[in-house]
Amino acid sequence: MLLRHTPKEVKAREGLTINPAKTCQPIGAMYAALGIHGCLPHSHGSQGCCSYHRSTLTRHYKEPVMAATSSFTEGASVFGGQANLLQSIETIFSVYDPDIIAVHSTCLSETIGDDLQQITKKASDDGKIPEGKYVIYASTPSFVGSHVTGYANMVTGIAEQFAKSTGEQKDQINIIAGWMEPSDMREIKRLSKELGVKIVLFPDTSDVLDAPQTGKHEFYPKGGTTIEELISVGDSKCSLALGCISAEPAAIALDKRCKVPFETVDMPIGLSATDRFIMSLSKAAGVDVPDEITDERGRLIDVMTDMEQYFYGKKVALFGDPDQLIPLTEFLLDLNMKPIHIVSGTPGQRFEKRMKEILQRIPEANFKNGLNADMFLLHQWMKNEPVDLLIGNTYGKYIARDENTPFIRFGFPILDRIGHSYFPNVGYAGSLRLIEKILGAFMDRQDREAPEEKFELVM
Amino acid sequence: MRKVAIYGKGGIGKSTTTQNTVAGLAEMGKKVMVVGCDPKADSTRLLLGGLQQKTVLDTLREEGEEVELEDIIKEGYRNTRCTESGGPEPGVGCAGRGIITSVNLLEQLGAYDEEWDLDYVFYDVLGDVVCGGFAMPIRDGKAEEIYIVCSGEMMAMYAANNICKGILKYADAGGVRLGGLICNSRKVDNEREMIEELARRIGTQMIHFVPRDNFVQRAEINRKTVIDYDPTHGQADEYRALARKIDENEMFVIPKPLEIEELESLLIEFGIAN
Repeated sequence: MLLRHTPKEVKAREGLTINPAKTCQPIGAMYAALGIHGCLPHSHGSQGCCSYHRSTLTRHYKEPVMAATSSFTEGASVFGGQANLLQSIETIFSVYDPDIIAVHSTCLSETIGDDLQQITKKASDDGKIPEGKYVIYASTPSFVGSHVTGYANMVTGIAEQFAKSTGEQKDQINIIAGWMEPSDMREIKRLSKELGVKIVLFPDTSDVLDAPQTGKHEFYPKGGTTIEELISVGDSKCSLALGCISAEPAAIALDKRCKVPFETVDMPIGLSATDRFIMSLSKAAGVDVPDEITDERGRLIDVMTDMEQYFYGKKVALFGDPDQLIPLTEFLLDLNMKPIHIVSGTPGQRFEKRMKEILQRIPEANFKNGLNADMFLLHQWMKNEPVDLLIGNTYGKYIARDENTPFIRFGFPILDRIGHSYFPNVGYAGSLRLIEKILGAFMDRQDREAPEEKFELVM
Repeated sequence: MRKVAIYGKGGIGKSTTTQNTVAGLAEMGKKVMVVGCDPKADSTRLLLGGLQQKTVLDTLREEGEEVELEDIIKEGYRNTRCTESGGPEPGVGCAGRGIITSVNLLEQLGAYDEEWDLDYVFYDVLGDVVCGGFAMPIRDGKAEEIYIVCSGEMMAMYAANNICKGILKYADAGGVRLGGLICNSRKVDNEREMIEELARRIGTQMIHFVPRDNFVQRAEINRKTVIDYDPTHGQADEYRALARKIDENEMFVIPKPLEIEELESLLIEFGIAN
């Protein structure tokens, strides 16, 4: 009982968060930057920040994650980090030769008031940025928001600092990826191809964080949205933002800057959200949905109906990031399950508003996000109203073990299993994978705990 | 060793008052160290006859170099030991952090060690207590007594009251006490009475009323304290008096800052409104 000190009684708390359901903004900024081809993320702060963020990404992806740091010392925190960043930019371009450096700030550099816009402009004025190379930036102090908003800030930075409008519209649609896995981004590209729609997906971490073993280490793997593509997004017909928290801000920025209209849809997790994504994309591009995709959908519905008896009325607790939790909760309802406890450490009113709409059928459901919406609270809720399934990142395993609750890993970070990099959660195929995992968790438990006379061969 | 910090509104004359008073103490035979806690690094100019060449924080710029105490502490008027914290240029970095770093460095380097036989350390701190860094000299028992330089102008009194709030915060943990208000006159009507009353309400004393005299500016242009520039001038005696009062002071209190309404009513009762 590793969490035996968690009491059942929920008391109001003011100043304490226990086992937060979120992490630092720069992790998101770093992850987003890796979705640009030839980009080296740069952490403007002390070395420890950069090490922690890199290692968390490495533990999740089992891939080396390259990132540089301004290596603040005591002197830099007093005099400002400009000299460090200018020196970093010079060294990085001469030694590591990326096409782009994506700088994000940290708590320290934000607190002392370093201005990344001013410093990158100075780097440019001083001729420290070679011709055809870029330095972009995003403000990501960890005392605001979460890893999700850090991701959104960097994606917005990408949209703002690359996009150009030539006045000539291109026959392409931007898809702005919310925080999803490389496998999910690959699936979005596959579905778009099946639909016959030309898209620019950004960021795109496929072939970066799931790169194949070739026997040769590539400092900048082949994947990632290219500079050329990123410049062209200003001429696209429209943008589709996948997720109102992690992707929409970039779409708004692009609309403001280059007058590219946008639509925000949920991340396509589950049947309904995938339907909406496919419909929005086909409508935006003016294409019909091909039979291949309709068949994929049909297979999902077949499994949903075949296995309905196992899903019906099962209670679920889930935690993670808002853009995933919103469509996932909807999907669980589509499966006739009962999502009753939901927390996300990422602040923002959109989450509460959407959850309220989605959970109308389950008036007893508890959901909370932002301050104090931590895993401690989720655990307390579970003690008061036990569930049949827990869904969340690796940190959930402590609760699952103590409460003897079936647990499936979903979200970020997953430090103790593989698969998330390679098999999607989005689209009809991803939804099918989720169903497989949920059923697996239920049936494994049944096989493990059923009395001998009820041990079933056929399930 | 008595550890004294001088606070007050920006431009009120903290550095001038501090150095002239230190000159008075030095004349009395006291061994004094002045630590300038202002990024402009001009808190010891009158004692040194010019600006300190290398500040404590300058040594951070050239990392890897061995820092010697002699590089950052210079002896000025009558062997007063002078050092400047220094800090970032305006608009960048974190001056507050700079003061924390610099005071720590001075401790590490042994600036306060017994071998220097110091009777006093004076911290001359920039402006209002704007953030935690500027409170460094009154944290963890560094400075033990505070004098606030003020005048009869509303904003100077407002700042003095605010500084009292800062002292209050550290009074319990750090043991810091308020030694009194120094009125650096701006020739406001009823100034002496008003500051005496403010001091009374805060629970302290107006330790000295320094009259306004342009001779101070004349000495300053010549990079000297008044006592150094013309020991016979009447203003020199004012600073001698202030130095003596500080040396003999026994009234150290935890201040009771006023509510803003009370401060305003004080101005109406005593001030130019009359």
